[in-house]
Amino acid sequence: MEILFALMVGTLYGCALYLLLRRSIVKLLIGLILLGNGTNLLIFSGSGLVRGRPPLVPVDATSVPAPYADPLPQALILTAIVISFGVLVYAVALIYRTYRALATDDLDNLTSTDRLGEVPATAHVAVEVPLQPIHGSGKGG
Amino acid sequence: MGWTLFLPLLIPLSTGIVLFGLRRRRRLVHTLAITASTLLLASAALLLFVVQRDGIQVVALGTWPAPYGIVLVADLLSASLLLVCVLVSWATVIYATTWIDPGRERAGFYSLVFILLLGVNGAFLTGDLFNLYVWFEVTLMASFVLLVLGVERGEVEGGIKYVSLNLIASAFFLSATGILYGLAGTLNLADLSQVLPSIDSHLVNLVAVLFGIAFGIKAGLFPLFFWLPASYHTPPVPVSALFAGLLTKVGVYALIRVFTLLFRQDPDWTHGILLACSALTMLTGVLGALVQQDIRRILSFHIVSQIGYMVFGLALLTPLGLASSVFYLIHHIVVKTNLFLIGGLVERVGRSSSLDRLGGIFRARAWLGIVFLIPAFSLAGIPPLSGFIAKLLVVRAGLDAGAYLATAVAVAVGLLTLMSMLKIWNEAFWKDPPTSGVLGDPNIPIRLVVPVLVLAAVTLLLGLLAEPLLDLSTQAAEQVLDADAYRAAVFGLHSSLENLTGGGVP
Repeated sequence: MEILFALMVGTLYGCALYLLLRRSIVKLLIGLILLGNGTNLLIFSGSGLVRGRPPLVPVDATSVPAPYADPLPQALILTAIVISFGVLVYAVALIYRTYRALATDDLDNLTSTDRLGEVPATAHVAVEVPLQPIHGSGKGG
Repeated sequence: MGWTLFLPLLIPLSTGIVLFGLRRRRRLVHTLAITASTLLLASAALLLFVVQRDGIQVVALGTWPAPYGIVLVADLLSASLLLVCVLVSWATVIYATTWIDPGRERAGFYSLVFILLLGVNGAFLTGDLFNLYVWFEVTLMASFVLLVLGVERGEVEGGIKYVSLNLIASAFFLSATGILYGLAGTLNLADLSQVLPSIDSHLVNLVAVLFGIAFGIKAGLFPLFFWLPASYHTPPVPVSALFAGLLTKVGVYALIRVFTLLFRQDPDWTHGILLACSALTMLTGVLGALVQQDIRRILSFHIVSQIGYMVFGLALLTPLGLASSVFYLIHHIVVKTNLFLIGGLVERVGRSSSLDRLGGIFRARAWLGIVFLIPAFSLAGIPPLSGFIAKLLVVRAGLDAGAYLATAVAVAVGLLTLMSMLKIWNEAFWKDPPTSGVLGDPNIPIRLVVPVLVLAAVTLLLGLLAEPLLDLSTQAAEQVLDADAYRAAVFGLHSSLENLTGGGVP
C-alpha cells in the first residue's frame, strides 16, 4: 500500500513539475494545486499506513496496542489542506487580476519587473488607487 | 514569566482584527496602529530583557508537555531578532501613515501589516517545525495581499512571481516536514535534535537539503533568489521596506535554527553547500545591483547580496561565525529598511526612482543626503558604522575557519557594495539635475522624516557603541550552538508532567 502511495506522490510531483514549467498561468496554478496535493499525500503516508486500527485505548488496557494508525499526520494534513486551499483561492483571484490588468495568459510576457529599467511610475508617489473596478489599469509603464 | 512570550503574538493579532473592523476610519486607525506598534516594541524589549536575565524562556501551549504539545521558545537569538524586527516595523508604520493612499488603507493595509508581524513573531518564537510552517504561511498570506493591494501592472506581475515561487518553497517545506516526521516520529525541535543523531545520516542529509531549498527560497539564497528582485520594487515604499527588513530574515533565522539544532551530523556536506551558496549569493547579488539604474532595484539586489554574509557565518558553524551572523542580521534589518525608506524620500523629492532622471538632491535637501550616507556606508562596511563591525566579524570568522576563498569574496563584495552605493550618491544626490526645476514636493511631512532619522540614529549607535551588541550576539551564538541547553529548557519545563504521559504517540 505504501508503494502505491509513493508512486502516486511521485506521479503528482512529476505532473506538477511539468505544469509549472508551462508558459500558461492557468497551468502554473494547476501545477501548484497538484504539488500541494502530492505533498499532503506524502505526509499522510509518511509514517506508514495502518488499516482499521484507530489509536484508542481499549477499556481493559492502559495503553494502545502496538500497530495503530498515527493520528498526528492526519491532523497535520488537515491543517495543510486548509492553508493550501486558502492560498489557492487567493492565487485564483490573483491570476484573474493579472489577466484583467495585462490581458495575457503567457508567463513569457511577464518580463517588465525583471527587465532593466524604471519602476512603473504609479508605484512612486502615493496615488489614489481605485480598488473595485479593475478594468485593465493602463497606468503601468 | 510566560506571558512575556505571548504578548508579541497577542498584540499584533488583536490589533490586526480591530484595525480590519475600523479600516474606514483613517485617523483612528493611524493612532491605533502607531500605539499598537509602540506597545509591541515595549513587549519585545521586555522579552529580550527577561531572556537576558533568566535564560531561555519556554511556554507549553495548553500546558501539554514538550514533545507532544507545541512549545513557544525564546532564546537570545529569537528575542533579539524579534526586537529589531518590531523596531523597523514601528518605523515603517509611522512612515506609512503619511505615505499609503486612502484606497489601500480602506482595503485593510494596517491590519495586514500586523498580521504579517504576527507571522514573523510566531516564526521567531515557535519551537515546533509544523508550527513554524503555519507561521510562515500566515506571514506569506499577509505579504501576498500587501504586495498586490493596488492593481497596477507591476504589482500583479511581481505578485505572480512572488506567490508562485513562495508556494513552491512551502511545498518543499511541507514535504521535508512530512519525511522528517516519518523518520523521527516527532516535530518538536528539541526532541528532533535528540532523535536525529540515531537515524541514518543519508536520509537526514536528504531532508536537510529539502529544508535548505525551502528556507533558501524564502531567504533568497543564490540559485533560488530570482523572485526577490522581480517583486520587491513593485509595491509602495513602506511595503518594500517592511518586506526588505523582515521576510528574507525570517528565512535566514529558520536556516540558522534548523542547521544548528537539527542538521549537524554531517557538516562537511550540508554546511559545505551552504558555504558555496553564500559566497555565490554575495557575488551575484552585488553584480546584479551594479547593472541596475533604479534605486529600488539596486536596493533589492543588495538584499540578496547581504543574505550571503548572514549565511556565511552559519556555514562556518563556529561560535564566532554565528556571532557574526547574528550581528549582521541585526545590523542589516535596520539598515536595509532605512535605505528603502530613504529611497522613498528621494523619489518624493526627485519625482523618480531612476538614477538617470534624478540629480541635485543634495543641493535641494542636504540633510537627506547625509541621512542617506549613514545606512549606505554602513551597508558597504565603512568604519565606524555598524556594517564595518559586522563585516569585520564575518572576515575574522572566515579566516579563523580557513575559508579563505569565500572570505576573499566577502571582502571584494564589500568594495563592490561601496561602489554601488556611491553610484546612487553620485547620480541621485551629487550630479546636476537632468532638467531644471523637476524637484517636487517642497516640504517632507514630519512622519516621513522621524522614522528615517530614528533608524539612522540606531545605525550610528550600533556602530559607535558596538560592545553591548557584540556581547549579545556572542552570547546568542553560544546559546544557539548549545543544543543541550535548548533541550534542557524545553524539557525541563514539564519534566514532572512528562512522567504521567509516558507512552502515547510513537
